[in-house]
Amino acid sequence: MYQDEELVFSCPQVVADRPTHYCPGCHHGVAHRLVGELLEEMGLVEKTIMVTAIGCSVFLYNYLLVDAVEAPHGRAPAVATGVKRAKPDKFVFTYQGDGDLASIGMAEIMHCANRGERVSVVFVNNTVYGMTGGQMAPTTLIGQKTTTCPGGRCAEREGMPIKMAEIIASLGGSAYVARTALNNVKNINKTKKCLRKAFEVQTSGLGFGFVEVLSACPTNWKMSAIKANERIANEMIPYFPLGVFKDATADVTGEAAGKGEEGK
Amino acid sequence: MSRIEIREDRCKGCLLCTTVCPKEIIKQADRFNQHGYKPAEVPAGDMKKCTGCASCATICPDVAITVYKTKKKAKKGASHG
Amino acid sequence: MASGDKLFLKGNEAIARGALAAGCQCFFGYPITPQNDIPEYLSKALPDRGGAFVQAESEVAAANMLLGATACGVRAMTSSSSPGISLKQEAISYMAGSELPAIIVNMNRGGPGLGDIGPSQGDYFQSTRGGGHGDYRLLVLAPATCQEAYDLTRESFDLAFQYRNPVMILGDAILGQMKEPVLTAPDRPADPAEARDWSLDGAVGRGPRLLKSLFLQDGALADQNRMLQAKYEAMRAEVRWECFETEDAELVVCAYGTIARIAKSAIRKLRKKGLKVGLFRPITLYPFPSEALAKLVKPGRKFLTVEQNLGQMVEDVRLSLCGLATSEFFSIYPGNLPVPDDFDEPIARALGL
Ligand SMILES: Cc1ncc(C[n+]2csc(CCOP(=O)(O)OP(=O)(O)O)c2C)c(N)n1
Ligand code: SF4
Ligand code: SF4
Repeated sequence: MYQDEELVFSCPQVVADRPTHYCPGCHHGVAHRLVGELLEEMGLVEKTIMVTAIGCSVFLYNYLLVDAVEAPHGRAPAVATGVKRAKPDKFVFTYQGDGDLASIGMAEIMHCANRGERVSVVFVNNTVYGMTGGQMAPTTLIGQKTTTCPGGRCAEREGMPIKMAEIIASLGGSAYVARTALNNVKNINKTKKCLRKAFEVQTSGLGFGFVEVLSACPTNWKMSAIKANERIANEMIPYFPLGVFKDATADVTGEAAGKGEEGK
Repeated sequence: MSRIEIREDRCKGCLLCTTVCPKEIIKQADRFNQHGYKPAEVPAGDMKKCTGCASCATICPDVAITVYKTKKKAKKGASHG
Repeated sequence: MASGDKLFLKGNEAIARGALAAGCQCFFGYPITPQNDIPEYLSKALPDRGGAFVQAESEVAAANMLLGATACGVRAMTSSSSPGISLKQEAISYMAGSELPAIIVNMNRGGPGLGDIGPSQGDYFQSTRGGGHGDYRLLVLAPATCQEAYDLTRESFDLAFQYRNPVMILGDAILGQMKEPVLTAPDRPADPAEARDWSLDGAVGRGPRLLKSLFLQDGALADQNRMLQAKYEAMRAEVRWECFETEDAELVVCAYGTIARIAKSAIRKLRKKGLKVGLFRPITLYPFPSEALAKLVKPGRKFLTVEQNLGQMVEDVRLSLCGLATSEFFSIYPGNLPVPDDFDEPIARALGL
């Protein structure tokens, strides 16, 4: 570094200095970095017990250098409940994909939120089962082709894509619920702000924090990373509106308490 | 002069950084890196246009970019207390 | 709890109190008959002691909560009955693979399917062969009395932490529901250092820790399985059994749990009639007390295994006898409540009378 310059962006120390196994343009890497930055900025690194899920992010523990336990597919919110009840003074979060959280783990996430467990959930919604090769997920959009709905998802046959943020916000125990996206710089910065809030409702003891992060899986969407980001803007966000769906820290009469503001 | 450093061995050539640079100085190289990706690079001479906005680093999924920004010169006659 | 109190307890409550005496701090469960007294008792007793009680949304969730709590090195337990234990198998397999010291209580009821709410030993295979996917074993303790239920539960936590392995307490509807005097023992709180070397509590002054059961690298899973196998071998040191009137017995009845206890009453009665019958009762079902049983083989001595299932432990009995002798089998069908008189005829038949 030169004398007349300052470092304005570098890799957080809690993020391991090693290449990831993710595909080019996969948003898991962005989500990992944001979580890592927040753990450092909020002084949580040494207090954290991370619960990893099954999906492409199963090796999260190779990239975030904190204590970790691996949960069975979909069960991370139950495992996190056990961790938090055993160690209430620790910072506990899960990091889950849409197959993991919204399909096999639907009961666990809903009841964890409803009990108001003091844990935070990072929910990466990329509308497919990435790890197993791009099968249909509960969040797959209508018309989207996957390896198990080759003709495109059809509402009559497969039902409508599930809107998790709205569901979680409707439950009594959730204290902060937002949906964000990682498709551009503005949305990435917004995602970080929302994740910070979801972490804060845990550290302040308010309740359960949840951020659904719309993310790209260029490989299984069979498109370039750049096209995948465009797809988030053009197809995902219109169906999965961005915004804050619940915020127990805000003045109840204030704007943040109601329906979230639309994002682009 | 603000500038970026791209860790070539980390770059997967996704090109997302090229889409967000306001000065459009990030380009794909012709060579392959050790993992077989064509990495992003800033062609010689273009780096001086970098504003240090960190947009490229923010969108890079592989944390391959480090950003340095030129310090603002301290204003003369700043108030003391 | 003052030590040395003699209390009149249901087996379920004896288990709950045994867990508290062992310093159990967390319980995760889901209602199912005939074990409901355990969560009901602990739902008050644990919070009163500063512990955690969670009624989970399902047995699947309860067992995974147990996984999370034990990953923190905390003494924790779940209890259920057969259909619920089936649902817990996913997490049990993960806990075995991640080497977590969890306690799982199964108050066995009749199956298959929804079965009934009466006693059964139909879960012997499930308990002793692993139960879920992959190669693993639980240390399985099978109490026959309320006192033993209390004592073994109290001890099970030490065993779980010693071996870093899940331990199962296998009872049944009779044990859970019957009341007996139980002599309580002093509380023995957990050694605060027992999980210091591996549990998760935040990476302070050390590198991050990881508890997992995924091993993808070349040879890594083989190494893990080899290590687990060595551990299961080492667990052989824990074999426990009871011999009753076997010294001069012409026939040794092999049975476990409450069935062994009823068999014992029958044997006492038949002894009075002059029949030379004894009882061999495994207390650890895994590891199975094979050597102790093999030592009972004598020229002319016969064996009869009685179980409340279609014949499960009898396979272990026959394997233990190493072809030097064999065992007859008598089934008390799950759905029937056994009484001592049920044993007269099969014993007489096995004796060739
Ligand atoms: C019980 C069980 N069923 C199925 C699987 C196989 N499996 C592994 S990852 C996965 C889906 C992951 O998809 P998602 O949660 O959307 O995460 P992504 O890979 O897209 O990040 C499945 C079905 C499993 N590991 N365990
Ligand atoms: S398959 Fe999709 S989710 Fe998985 S690493 Fe590749 S881009 Fe990411
Ligand atoms: S965003 Fe990162 S990985 Fe993608 S091309 Fe740019 S430097 Fe390389």
